[in-house]
Amino acid sequence: MSIINILTDRATPKTEKQLAELISWAIQTDESLELIGHGSKRALGRPLATNHLVDLSVFSGITLYEPNELVLTAGAGTPLAEIDAAVTAAGQHLAFDPIDFGTALGTVGGRGNYPGGTLGGMVAVGLSGPRRIQAGGIRDHVLGVSGVTGRGAIFKTGGRVVKNVTGYDLSKLMTGSYGTLAALTSITIKVLPAPEKTRTLLVFGLNDKRAQTAMTAALSSPHDVTGAAHLPRLAAERSRVGYVKSAATGATVLRIEGVAPSVDARLESLKDLLSKFGPLEELHTTNSATLWTEIRDLALLRDPHRTHLWRLSTTPEAGPKIAAHILARIDGRVTYDWGGGLLWLSIDPRSAGRDGGGFVIRSALSELGGGHATLIRAPGEIRQAIPVFQPQDEALAALTARIKDSFDPSHVLGHGRMYPGV
Amino acid sequence: MLLPDPDQTIIDRRADIIAAMRKLVPARGEQDSVITQQSELRAYESDALTAYHQLPLIVVLVSTTEEVSAVLAYAHENNVKIVPRGAGTSLSGGALPAADAITLGLARLNSILEIDLDNRCAVVQPGVTNLAISDAVAADGFYYAPDPSSQIACTIGGNVAENSGGVHCLKYGMTTNNLLGLEMVLPGGEIIQLGGKHLDPDGYDLMGVATGSEGLLGIITKVWVKLLKKPATTRAVLIGFDTSLDAGDCVGAVVSAGIIPAGMEMMDGAAIKAAEDFVNAGYPLDAAALLIIELDGPQAEVDYLIEIVSKIAEEKNATTLKVSQSEEERLRFWAGRKAAFPAIGRITPDYYCMDGTIPRAALPQMLEAMDGFSKKHGLRVANVFHAGDGNLHPLIMYDANAEGELERAEAFGEDILKFCVAVGGVLTGEHGVGVEKRDFMPVMFTEEDLNQQQRVKCAFDPKQILNPGKVFPTLHRCAELGRMHIHQGQVPFPFLPRF
Repeated sequence: MSIINILTDRATPKTEKQLAELISWAIQTDESLELIGHGSKRALGRPLATNHLVDLSVFSGITLYEPNELVLTAGAGTPLAEIDAAVTAAGQHLAFDPIDFGTALGTVGGRGNYPGGTLGGMVAVGLSGPRRIQAGGIRDHVLGVSGVTGRGAIFKTGGRVVKNVTGYDLSKLMTGSYGTLAALTSITIKVLPAPEKTRTLLVFGLNDKRAQTAMTAALSSPHDVTGAAHLPRLAAERSRVGYVKSAATGATVLRIEGVAPSVDARLESLKDLLSKFGPLEELHTTNSATLWTEIRDLALLRDPHRTHLWRLSTTPEAGPKIAAHILARIDGRVTYDWGGGLLWLSIDPRSAGRDGGGFVIRSALSELGGGHATLIRAPGEIRQAIPVFQPQDEALAALTARIKDSFDPSHVLGHGRMYPGV
Repeated sequence: MLLPDPDQTIIDRRADIIAAMRKLVPARGEQDSVITQQSELRAYESDALTAYHQLPLIVVLVSTTEEVSAVLAYAHENNVKIVPRGAGTSLSGGALPAADAITLGLARLNSILEIDLDNRCAVVQPGVTNLAISDAVAADGFYYAPDPSSQIACTIGGNVAENSGGVHCLKYGMTTNNLLGLEMVLPGGEIIQLGGKHLDPDGYDLMGVATGSEGLLGIITKVWVKLLKKPATTRAVLIGFDTSLDAGDCVGAVVSAGIIPAGMEMMDGAAIKAAEDFVNAGYPLDAAALLIIELDGPQAEVDYLIEIVSKIAEEKNATTLKVSQSEEERLRFWAGRKAAFPAIGRITPDYYCMDGTIPRAALPQMLEAMDGFSKKHGLRVANVFHAGDGNLHPLIMYDANAEGELERAEAFGEDILKFCVAVGGVLTGEHGVGVEKRDFMPVMFTEEDLNQQQRVKCAFDPKQILNPGKVFPTLHRCAELGRMHIHQGQVPFPFLPRF
C-alpha cells in the first residue's frame, strides 16, 4: 500500500526510515511539508503555503511507562487522551497541564481532562496551563526525543532519566518549535504523582490590580499554590461552576493540591492570608476540576464578537497595567493566569485595526512590563499578514534563522510557520 | 585525553593579543584586568578536575557586558579562542584552559542587580555565587532552589553553563528549571536577551539550549533566576539498611507511594564510614547503606509524610531509623553527606568522582557491577548517590603518584559510564561532559546525533572559538557539517507518487 494518498496530499510514513526518505524527497524536489498529528492545533502560528501533509499519527502508542521511575515514552502521534488514561490509572498526571485548544480553536477536543491532539503536537506548541507556575512547563518535562531532522537524518537527543546534562539539551529546542526543525517520532516525558486532594479558594469582588496583589501574596507564601488566576466579572459569568457564575463579580482563583492533611492546613492558612481582600468561597473536587479546566482551555473567553485571541506572557506585577492600557484602546476581554503573568485577551477585530491589535498590544508590553505576545486565534489572512509571534531584534532573528538552517537548511519543514522566511 | 594541538600562530601573536586586551579591558583601579605573568597564570591552570592542567595563553578579567562583547568581537575577528571561567569549580574540566586561548574570567561580574520579590525573581551577574543569591533574600524568607554542593564557591554563570543540580533537584528541578532569562554575548560580540521576568520563551527555546551548553555557545552576562518561598518546615529521616538492595527498594517504594521528597540521598558502607569518621554525624557504622530522606512543606504535611516514609522503611527492612527532631539535628544528618567528598579525600591520596545517571530500578545491577569493576581494576570505590533521581557519584580511590593508578582509575570510570548507558542511563547527570567524558559521547550518541549538536554549536559560534576541545570527541568544520548529504542521481523514495 502506498504511504501517500494522492487525493488529500497526505503522506503517512510508517517507519522512521520512510519518514527520513520522505523528507529527503522533499529536499530534492524543493517541496515544503506540513507535519500533522491530529490537526487540533493546525490553526496556531502562521498559515503554511503547502498542501503536503505528513501525517505522524501512525507513530502512536506508549512504548515505556514506568510509574516508579516517573517516566513515560510514547510515539509522537499518541493521543494525549491515551496517555492521560494510562497515567491516571497509575495515580499520576502530566503536571504541566497542557492546554486543550479544541474549545478555543473550534477543533475537535479531547476526552477527559487532557487535550485532544497528540503528544507530538503538545510538544510542538509547548503551551502549558495553570499549573505551570508551580510544576514547570512542557519544556521542563520533556526528557528526550527522537525523530528526523529537516536534513532527512534520523537523530535523538536527551534520554529517559530526569537528571541528564550529556550534550546540548535539544529537547528544549524542539519544544515550541512548531515542527519547523524536526519531525519527532518518539518523546520521553517526566510524569509525576497526581495530587490526592484539591481545593480551590475563591476571592470575590477584586479589581484586576487588587486581584494581582492577592495572587502575589498567595504565591509569595509558603503554601505552595498550584494555580493563581483572576477572572473579571464578564469571564466569571461564563463559568459552569455555580459559585463563580452567580457571584456577579470577579473571582480570583487559587488552587491548593497535595496530601489531605497538607491541603487542609494550607487552605486554612491561605484563608487567613486572603480574608482581608474580600469574601471567600471554597471549591471542592469536582467544582475545582471544572473551573481549572475552563481556565486552562480558555472556555471563559468565548464571545461571538471578540474573536481575535492573544496570549501575553509578562512580568506578573505588570499584568493588570498592561491589560488596562490595551483595553482602553481596543474593545476586548481579559483573563489572568500565572499570578497575573499570563494574559489571555479576546478582542473585537473591528476595534483592533488592520494589524489585529498587534501594535497596541506589543507597545503596551514593551513599555510596561516586557515579555511577548502571540496571536493565538485569528483568520488565516490576518495571521499571514501580521507577526503572530513576538518580532525579534536583529541579532536574535539572525540566530533563530541559523538554528533553523542547522536542522532544516532547505526549509522543508513548516517553512514560515513561526516567522516569514524561517 | 587529547586536547586540540595549540595553534602556534596564535601563540606567536601573544604580545599583540595582550596589547589589544589591555586596550579593551582596562585595569580596575589597582587591579590589572589582563594577566600575563606565568606565576599568576598558574592559579588558572585547572578547575576542580585537577587531573588535567594547562596554562592559559593569558587571562582577561572582565567587569562589564560591554567588555565581554568587545573581547568576543576581537576574538571572533582575529580567530582567537576563548575559555570562559567562573569560580573554576567544574568537575569535568569545563574551564580547563588551552595554551592558545584567552581564559575569560567572569568572577568580577559579581553584582546582584535586582531583587524583585513581588515577581519572585532576582537579576544577577554571572559571577555571583549560588549561595549569595539565597543569602540575599533569606531575610524575606525566599531562596534560590538549586544547591550544588559547591554552592559557597560556584557561580551562577557556571551553574547555567553546566545546568547544575544538587541534592534538592528531585523536587525542585535543576538550574534549567529555575531560570527565567539570560543575557548572553555571542561570539561576534552581539548581545542578546533570552526570556526575562516572564515565563516561557518566545520563539525557539534558546535559553534552554544555552543552559548546560558548557560555555560553548556564548558568554552569559546576566541571569534572571526564580526565587521560591522557603517551606515552613523541613525534616529529614536517616535510615540504615543491611543491604543496598533494601535501600534501593525503599527509594522505589517511596516514589510509588506518590511522595516526591525534597531530597533522597544514599551512601554505601565505605562512604558512611568515611563520613562518620570525619564529622560524627551519628551515622550507623554497621549499615551497608544509608538513606537520608528529606521532607519539606507545612508541618502537617511533613509530619504525615514522615510517618508514611518511616512505615515504608520498616517494611523494607530498615535496621535503624532516626527522624530529625530539630533543625540542628537535620543539619547534622546532612553534614556527613555534604562532607562525603572531603571525607573520602582523607582516606585516599586522590579520588575520581563520577557522575552517571541510571534508571533507579537498575541500582542493584549497577552496584553489583561496580563491585566487579573494583576487583578488576584493583581500586576501592565509595558510593554517594542522589537516589531519588538515579544520579550516581562513585568516588574511585587512587594514588596519582603510584605508577599506572590514574590510568586504572580512568578505566574504572569508563566501565562505570558505559554500564550506565547500557542500562538506559546517561554519561553525566550534573557535572557536565567537559574534557572528562568527551570521548565517551559516542557511547550514547550516534555520529548524526553529535553532528546535529555541533551544527547548533555552529549556529551560535561559526568559527568555533568558544571553549575548544570540550564536549565533542571529533571536531568538524562548520562548513563541512552544513553540507547536505543527499544521494544524487537516485530517487530515495521510489514508491512515492508525486503530489
